[in-house]
Amino acid sequence: MKTFFTVLGASIAFFLTIAMFGTSGWVRPPLQTTQNGFRGTGMDQIHTRAGVAAAKDANLAPAPADPAEPGEELAGATYENVQVLKNVSVNEFNRLMTSMTEWVSPEQGCTYCHNTENMADDSLYQKKVARRMLQMTQAINTNWKEKHVGGTGVTCFTCHRGQPVPANIWFTNPGPNHTSGFVPRNNGQNMASPSVGLSSLPYDTLTEYLADKNIDNNAIRVNATTALPTTKGKPIQDAEKTYGLMIHMSEGLGVNCTFCHNTRAISNWSQSTPQRTTAWHGIRMVRDLNGNYLEPLTSTFPAARLGVLGDAPKVNCTTCHNGQSKPLNGAQVIEPYPALAKSTEVAGAAETAPAAEPAPTAPAPTPVPAPQ
Amino acid sequence: MAYYQNIFTEVQVRSTIPELGVPVDVDRRWGKPFHSYLFGLFGNAQVGPIYIGYLGALSAVCFLIAFEIVGLNMLASVNWDPVQFVRQLPWLALEPPRPQYGLKILPPLQEGGWWLIAGFFLTASILLWWVRLYRRARALGLGTHVPWAFASAIWLYLVLGFIRPILMGSWSEAVPFGIFPHLDWTAAFSLRYGNLFYNPFHMLSIVFLYGSTLLFAMHGATILAVSRFGGEREIDQIVDRGTATERAALFWRWTMGFNATMESIHRWAWWFAVLTTLTGGIGILLTGTVVDNWYLWAVKHGVAPSYPQVYAPIVDPLTAPGVVP
Repeated sequence: MKTFFTVLGASIAFFLTIAMFGTSGWVRPPLQTTQNGFRGTGMDQIHTRAGVAAAKDANLAPAPADPAEPGEELAGATYENVQVLKNVSVNEFNRLMTSMTEWVSPEQGCTYCHNTENMADDSLYQKKVARRMLQMTQAINTNWKEKHVGGTGVTCFTCHRGQPVPANIWFTNPGPNHTSGFVPRNNGQNMASPSVGLSSLPYDTLTEYLADKNIDNNAIRVNATTALPTTKGKPIQDAEKTYGLMIHMSEGLGVNCTFCHNTRAISNWSQSTPQRTTAWHGIRMVRDLNGNYLEPLTSTFPAARLGVLGDAPKVNCTTCHNGQSKPLNGAQVIEPYPALAKSTEVAGAAETAPAAEPAPTAPAPTPVPAPQ
Repeated sequence: MAYYQNIFTEVQVRSTIPELGVPVDVDRRWGKPFHSYLFGLFGNAQVGPIYIGYLGALSAVCFLIAFEIVGLNMLASVNWDPVQFVRQLPWLALEPPRPQYGLKILPPLQEGGWWLIAGFFLTASILLWWVRLYRRARALGLGTHVPWAFASAIWLYLVLGFIRPILMGSWSEAVPFGIFPHLDWTAAFSLRYGNLFYNPFHMLSIVFLYGSTLLFAMHGATILAVSRFGGEREIDQIVDRGTATERAALFWRWTMGFNATMESIHRWAWWFAVLTTLTGGIGILLTGTVVDNWYLWAVKHGVAPSYPQVYAPIVDPLTAPGVVP
């Protein structure tokens, strides 16, 4: 008996030890920390050298195409049915089309969007989507330049990364679809959803906070602004939703809470980092893109491209950031493509290529560079 | 004597006739006692007979009902799929009613009604168990230290699931039944109320919690260390000090200048353990009811220090002048 239990105990201990080493996702030292707050506040970003290098390699921006030959001819005058890029020169237009193919459909080629018998034909849905996406890219690079994307700008590649459908899109998560008689309300949570880092937090927090462009600006805020209760505050369930959204942002940007917040007072702006302001506008930008560019395409997409509830694919922080606080290692991508930098639907708009302006003036010198 | 240095109990007493202890007035015990080597490693090798009594039986039944309600609700939430039930078990939960139901006694079953019923039976089970503990202690002529210590834990449980929700006017303020969900709830609770670490009663609770483990380690180690001198007879030595007590006392007086006595160390331990949940319960009770943001409360009362600004002032974009969100 005694020998049996000794052997049993020793083997259980042995296998648990092996299992602990094998399954716990250990990170091998040395770890690097970057301080981004006052000392003692624990405001640090923690990385491994290998992890940073791997993320850097996985997010390399492609080299821009060679500059187009100067030319006076405008694409709108030369080609038929050019609606968005009509005031771009023909040479620049063709250069952009080639780049777009490399960025979005390198394997499928031009035929992914175009009927090569008649390039002006709009019969493929991909072309209609691409047209709207061009407008979206131009809008991001103008309307959100100061507030979020800064001088680096975005191109199609920022999200697409060589794939017709970007890897990090999302749909409304309707939760379990059970047909049995008794289905308890799960409060929209307790499902190990990847969008909230596999926690049991609410799984469809993205729909609530990122899909609605007309949402109340205070929706995400749950903290009281006074020490003592003055009005009926928000329920804990709302705090869980906000928490879920923040987990998404943290995972999407590959940073922890203290990248933006001093976690001793999460809601306090004066103790936050400048990145929080950028992120705040980023949330508004995502709502703008989802509400004004992607949802209107719902009827353009074929059913196979829609979500379970028939909703259009949407963007979140991860779509561009892909695990980095600065997408594509912070590469300046818009300068070589002036046609994407602002609207080209009005004559003369594309003539002045935007100079690479500095990032929106960060409030002060910062220990870590502000994301742009 | 080296066996006192083993992590397991090396001395297993196996009596030829089962020990039945002191005679008591009402003695209805159940089961045929037997010896277990495995149990002997951790405690007494003799198992049983056990006293059940109507309070114990009732408490067990109530617990089983609560356990079944929670488990079946979790099973229903994975569409009665046993594989998914096992796979997702840590994530599953039985959630309290939503805020719009307020303190309604029985909202629809799938809308939190089951949560209230499970909570009722779990509470009944715990309270019955408390009465059972009290009555058994009295029947054996013991003091009631154990039931009162358990009462302190029940206080925290009741504050979390019953008293505070009533003061807040909604069952939705209570904790879900679930493994990860109750942990996420705890984190969200602190986030919602502006960082519970600035709650002074939370601070006290942590002091007593960590203090309990420290005292437990110090006391257990001291007694084991002086066992070779008869130190395990610590209760005898409260009034009849022997060399074990004197060496133990001297050890601590040498190392930290002060020592507990064989009696007082047990009072220290009892109070630390009891105060952990007692102060914790007070801290929870005050949260949301009389304090809405503990960080701001701590600033108001000079508890939270201020740090030098690292960045130029960051303003809330909603209040920044000229910003159209």
